[in-house]
Amino acid sequence: MWSNAARNDWILLAGFSLVVLCLPLILEPIGAAYPALMQKFCIFGIFAIGFNILFGLTGYLSFGHAAFLGVGSYAAVWSFKLLTMNAIPAIVFAIVCAAVFALVIGYVSLKRSGIYFSILTLAFAQMSYNLAYSVLTPLTNGETGLQLSLQDPRIIDALFVAPQAGLPRVNLFGLHTSGGGYAGFYLCAAALIVCFFIALRIFRSPFGLMLRAIKSNQTRMRYTGFNTRPYLLAAFVISGMYAGLAGGLMAVTDPLVGAERMQWTASGEVVLMTILGGAGTLVGPVLGAAVIKYFENIFSSFSATTLQGVFGFLPDVIERPLVSFLSLFVGDGWNLTLGVVFMLIVIFLPGGLMEGLRRIWSLFGRRPGGGDKVPAAQTQLAE
Amino acid sequence: MTARNVVLHVADVHKRFGGLHALADVDLQVEEGTTHAIIGPNGAGKSTLLNVCIGRLAPDTGAVVFDGQVITGKQPHEINQMGVVRVFQTPEIFSDLNLLQNVMVPAFAKRDGAFRLNAMRSVATRTDIRDEALHCLEEVGLLGQKDAVAGSLSRGDKRRLELAMGLVQKPRLLLLDEPTAGMSRHDTNSTIDLLKKFKGRGMTKVIIEHDMHVVFSLADRVTVLAQGRIIAEGSPDEVRGNARVQEAYLGGAHP
Ligand SMILES: Nc1ncnc2c1ncn2[C@@H]1O[C@H](COP(=O)(O)OP(=O)(O)OP(=O)(O)O)[C@@H](O)[C@H]1O
Ligand SMILES: [Mg+2]
Repeated sequence: MWSNAARNDWILLAGFSLVVLCLPLILEPIGAAYPALMQKFCIFGIFAIGFNILFGLTGYLSFGHAAFLGVGSYAAVWSFKLLTMNAIPAIVFAIVCAAVFALVIGYVSLKRSGIYFSILTLAFAQMSYNLAYSVLTPLTNGETGLQLSLQDPRIIDALFVAPQAGLPRVNLFGLHTSGGGYAGFYLCAAALIVCFFIALRIFRSPFGLMLRAIKSNQTRMRYTGFNTRPYLLAAFVISGMYAGLAGGLMAVTDPLVGAERMQWTASGEVVLMTILGGAGTLVGPVLGAAVIKYFENIFSSFSATTLQGVFGFLPDVIERPLVSFLSLFVGDGWNLTLGVVFMLIVIFLPGGLMEGLRRIWSLFGRRPGGGDKVPAAQTQLAE
Repeated sequence: MTARNVVLHVADVHKRFGGLHALADVDLQVEEGTTHAIIGPNGAGKSTLLNVCIGRLAPDTGAVVFDGQVITGKQPHEINQMGVVRVFQTPEIFSDLNLLQNVMVPAFAKRDGAFRLNAMRSVATRTDIRDEALHCLEEVGLLGQKDAVAGSLSRGDKRRLELAMGLVQKPRLLLLDEPTAGMSRHDTNSTIDLLKKFKGRGMTKVIIEHDMHVVFSLADRVTVLAQGRIIAEGSPDEVRGNARVQEAYLGGAHP
């Protein structure tokens, strides 16, 4: 039975990798097969997988994870400015910086639980945002945002290659990862697969089991002989590192970072992605991230004129109010749509899209009496 | 009785909740390998006494000594790691996990300590822990339901599950708070048999019980608590004949 479970995990990993690597083919029909968008799916997928390790396993809801995303981006850009345009050191530096940040913020925030924990993380993230926006201008270049410049030292690069005219591009051993090419997408896709694999291992590990037990009954854990604080802190730091990696990849694919990346709306977005996809499941958060980023891409590009085009066949009396109503939900109003969808999901499908898929699966796939019923606890693990 | 090693010594413990004297002057010694029953009417302070022992409540004065070490003021997980395990009055289980996981978690605490970051190894490879957990589930008679979600169990089964969670840690001192409440006669008897079996293995037990059948089947010594005070202590037969005990159970106690 255990080896069976292990085999299923390998199948899951293989299937996931296949889907991610074939995204350009899969997304072709819905017109989303361009690298700049697909790498966004991967980056936010990583962010959400990491967030889910904290929220899905322990139930601790952080409202400040964008801070680690921002720290990762800033760290990566500094690595480009000071050391080299190679992506690897930038990514490593991003993860390390985010880990240090997460250690400090997590240490303090985890002194409380529930809503107080959420508020503390939110406060820290907002502080980080304000620091980045104004106080730490020398480090973050404030409002303008941190970007590359011709005067950057880039000590390692300077040793090996003669500076060329114009700004250098981020590279991974010769491949250009910035600028929306396939190299950037495949780098992000590879990172996503590795992240998914690590998350899978964590879910199946004793550590993951302890986190789930903490979520279920933390008091009991203490009387069972566990020091729960280091478990929670470890989960917090790991999810912070995932966020740092996501932030680092954002910089690798586009070496420019502003403070708004740390704003609370960005922290809220990863909460939405995780819950929309299905908190506590392995695939859910990635799915949630992809769905949100895809529809954001579509809806925010719509405008009143596009709508007029769509509803042009209607008589004017109907068309005008309809278009002006619907245009509330597109373009800059995309967040309104997101809010409505989110409310519907939470009310009708509390387990997120994964639960929806499971329901559809049980409608079509298995007839009652099929004899392969899986107990609820195991189903949850198996996702 | 030969002088045995005192494993648990509750030394002059007082505990007040506002104006209520929940524990007054409680001094209790439990000898190694014995089963010590604590009985008393509702609200006598029995659960409070256990709460003091496992570090859930701090006593106002006095201390709890386990195996020669003062454990008052220690963290709950430290006390557990020393070998003091409690089974709660209202079942405290991991409702979202299945039965096997519920028992594996405490087994991990025993094997791997209070914290260990083993995030890359699969639970499935820990067959030692899995086998221990399965064995304990079998002993309490829940093996057939090992994949069921713990929250879906009946109250009596939750108690048996919690008993398995306690036993899997092979504690030196097991504190049981009404382990048979809500169980059928049949299940009560099998629990008695199970606890007797562990007695042979040298585990010390403190058991709070209202069911006198259980008390007289298991206990070597009985302490009677009423309104936070010890009003009698002795062998089961001594306590049974004690007039003050009968008074405490029948009318209001006036110690
Ligand atoms: N944390 C607390 N805060 C305030 N009062 C408490 C607390 N815990 C217990 N008490 C009170 O202390 C008294 C003793 O409670 P305790 O739970 O120890 O009784 P008990 O002997 O276990 O009773 P029962 O047989 O009903 O379980 C009760 O009056 C109870 O209301
Ligand atoms: Mg009680």
